[in-house]
Amino acid sequence: MSIAVTHRGPAAAPVPPEPAPAPVNYLNVSHTIWSWLFTVDHKRIGLLYLGSISVFFVIGGIFAALVRTNLLMPNGAFLSEDAYNRAFTAHGVMMLFFFLIPAVPGVMGNFFIPLMIGAKDLAFPKLNIASWYVFMIGATFSGWAVLVGGIDTGWTLYPPYSSRASQSNVLPGVMGVFISGFSSIMTGLNIMVTVHKMRAPGMTWGRLPLFVWSLYATSLIQLLATPVVAVTLVLLMVERAAGIGIFDPSIGGDPILFQHLFWFYSHPAVYIMILPGMGVVSEVLTCFSRKNIFGYHAVAWSSMGIAVVGFLLWAHHMFVAGISFYAALLFSLLSMLVAVPSAIKVFNWTATLYRGSITFHAPMLLSLGFLVLFTVGGLTGLFLATLGTDIHLHDTYFVVAHFHFVMVGGMVIAYMAAVHFWWPKMTGRMYSDWWSRVASVIMIVGFFLTFVPQFIMGYHGMPRRYPNYPQEFQILNVMSTAGSSVLGLGYLLPGIYLPLSLFFGKKVGANPWSATGLEWTTPSPPTVHNFEVTPIVVCGPYEYAIGVDQMGRGLPEPPGAQDDPSHRDGSTGPSGPMKKETEVVG
Amino acid sequence: MSASTHSPVLKHHFEDLGQQHACERLGIWMFLATEILFFGGIFGAYTVYRLWYPHEFVFASSHLNRLFATINTVFLITSSLTITLAIRSAKLGDRAALIRYLLITAALATAFMVVKGFEYAEDFHEHLVPGPSFSHEIEKEAVDKGLDPGKVQLFLCFYYIMTGIHGIHIIVGIGCILWLVWEAWRGTIPPENYSTVEVVSLYWHLVDAIWLFLMPLLYLAGAGYGAHH
Repeated sequence: MSIAVTHRGPAAAPVPPEPAPAPVNYLNVSHTIWSWLFTVDHKRIGLLYLGSISVFFVIGGIFAALVRTNLLMPNGAFLSEDAYNRAFTAHGVMMLFFFLIPAVPGVMGNFFIPLMIGAKDLAFPKLNIASWYVFMIGATFSGWAVLVGGIDTGWTLYPPYSSRASQSNVLPGVMGVFISGFSSIMTGLNIMVTVHKMRAPGMTWGRLPLFVWSLYATSLIQLLATPVVAVTLVLLMVERAAGIGIFDPSIGGDPILFQHLFWFYSHPAVYIMILPGMGVVSEVLTCFSRKNIFGYHAVAWSSMGIAVVGFLLWAHHMFVAGISFYAALLFSLLSMLVAVPSAIKVFNWTATLYRGSITFHAPMLLSLGFLVLFTVGGLTGLFLATLGTDIHLHDTYFVVAHFHFVMVGGMVIAYMAAVHFWWPKMTGRMYSDWWSRVASVIMIVGFFLTFVPQFIMGYHGMPRRYPNYPQEFQILNVMSTAGSSVLGLGYLLPGIYLPLSLFFGKKVGANPWSATGLEWTTPSPPTVHNFEVTPIVVCGPYEYAIGVDQMGRGLPEPPGAQDDPSHRDGSTGPSGPMKKETEVVG
Repeated sequence: MSASTHSPVLKHHFEDLGQQHACERLGIWMFLATEILFFGGIFGAYTVYRLWYPHEFVFASSHLNRLFATINTVFLITSSLTITLAIRSAKLGDRAALIRYLLITAALATAFMVVKGFEYAEDFHEHLVPGPSFSHEIEKEAVDKGLDPGKVQLFLCFYYIMTGIHGIHIIVGIGCILWLVWEAWRGTIPPENYSTVEVVSLYWHLVDAIWLFLMPLLYLAGAGYGAHH
């Protein structure tokens, strides 16, 4: 543990935290680059993830822009057909494996799970920093594959095309995905062990915040599904590199087997992406409507239900790939089953909002957006789970619109909500309220403009992955591309006002949103060891009705009071000097 | 462990050693679950093809060297015993015995890899390799018996991939055991911290257990081949 010693550094002085005049927090405890790269502090590792996935999000977004721009013309605006294949593959690989999957577990999970359960760190801090390095090595492989020419197989990498025929950089690309999978396993394992063994006194399972429950369910999927895709990718790599493989039809192998093994991971992976988003939304909706969550146990157990059912329905991706009729029937039924726990969540969120005292800050706006977009995404999923309609809609833009509603409208919007909700806790600074609300609305409007036309195109039969399309689809494609630039603007704005808030934002106290979780009882940004003394939990996670946090202390003034100018300079927490409010921009 | 006032082996973010050991044990069991699923994917694939092409698989299996595999099985089972004795020594605080048993385990594991190396060399020598250099004799023999030589090669693909991945796990295991030897030598495995040895031993038992599945699936599948044909 020599790392821990150096990272505390000379600034920490011989006396540990208690009476230090300027509060020592995890950000200012040490400033060297090495103190960041060799850190074992879960909060710093969360920020390392935040920085890296933001870069991958931008890269993935650039490829999305290329694809959308190319689709302005029926014959392709500027990309060759080959380049188009490489662009949409790069978009898929970057966004799925290097943004959506690590986003909330890597950033918010690492940062907030120990804080929320009252622990000093995750159970395995060294494994945690190792997971970031493994992730970066994987990203380097895949990123390199994209930069030196790209992959043209689509992100699903189906053999035998990917294992024999493709002339592109399949091997390093797959290698990167394979390696980053270990990072996912490490994070999941760490979170599960931490939740099991490191909860503060009084933090029973029935008092865990729902975000922790959702990440626990996510970790379960990461742990149980990722190894299967790992071995599948090993088989693919061996087949491509050494010529010995088991998917090769010329020696009796079966490419359909790859699809089974691949989707056994990749369908649960959808829930790796969406479950953390649901956790975020549960936290935000209850906080900004000042109401206890409706049906805590139902929301918690529906996460576990989604995790379990999510393993049983992979073959709905293969309805037209030649599986037997009865298998298809069964998987159709099982696919619809996952709608039950999902709907439980949506109804509980709606019931939480009912007669709540709602304030529309950015996290709340985004969460409400999530509620609508995820519901649309989920309901259109039923079209695809139904055997008959799926045969019509299979591999059309309807599918593209459906999973973008779930993953972008659901997960990315929820991730944005999480960033806005916890930003003041992570940095100790508040961003511009006005600009963040504007950005939230732009994101949601841009999203609708982009993907609603795709439902219509898909319903009328425009296939996905094709660079060309009949003239009649042009107007819808132009609408979709226009919408994507609005969406891009919505993403650009937080990229400006969030960094600016680091320098010009108002300093916040421990609990700017007047929320109830344990993470809001430590200073913002948190001290190095999270809590001065191990907290003792005395009540459930959402006691908004009686206005106490989990340690039984009274909550500060809720953020809605800020609408009244006389409350503007009122202290919102016990620590941190309050300055006059400084608007970031405008 | 630096800031601790309790025990030199207690890491700073745990409340006590009990919590630390509970975390370590739960962590390794979860890791073992991922390992089982990792091998589970390929075992599943093997099962499918074995059901589809039973005759080719049995025929191909009969060409593997069962003697080497049997010797290796003995090595691995013995190493499971010695690493368990190492845990006992660590628990009793007998450092010399701990180091001795760990070294015996590492030696048995190395012996396994050496035998495996000889076996691979023999396989290559007999052109028991899928792909263009696949043995013409075996191909002819298979065709004579009415079997599809492609599917005989498919079995060999499984053979190399499964034993190869298992071999990599053995090498990782040897590394972990030698790291334990180093730690024991430095004196950082006192009796109250023997769970480190336990964690490595659990991994090692898994590697053994997987071999106990590979042995019948790959080698013994063709054991009675001559009798029926």
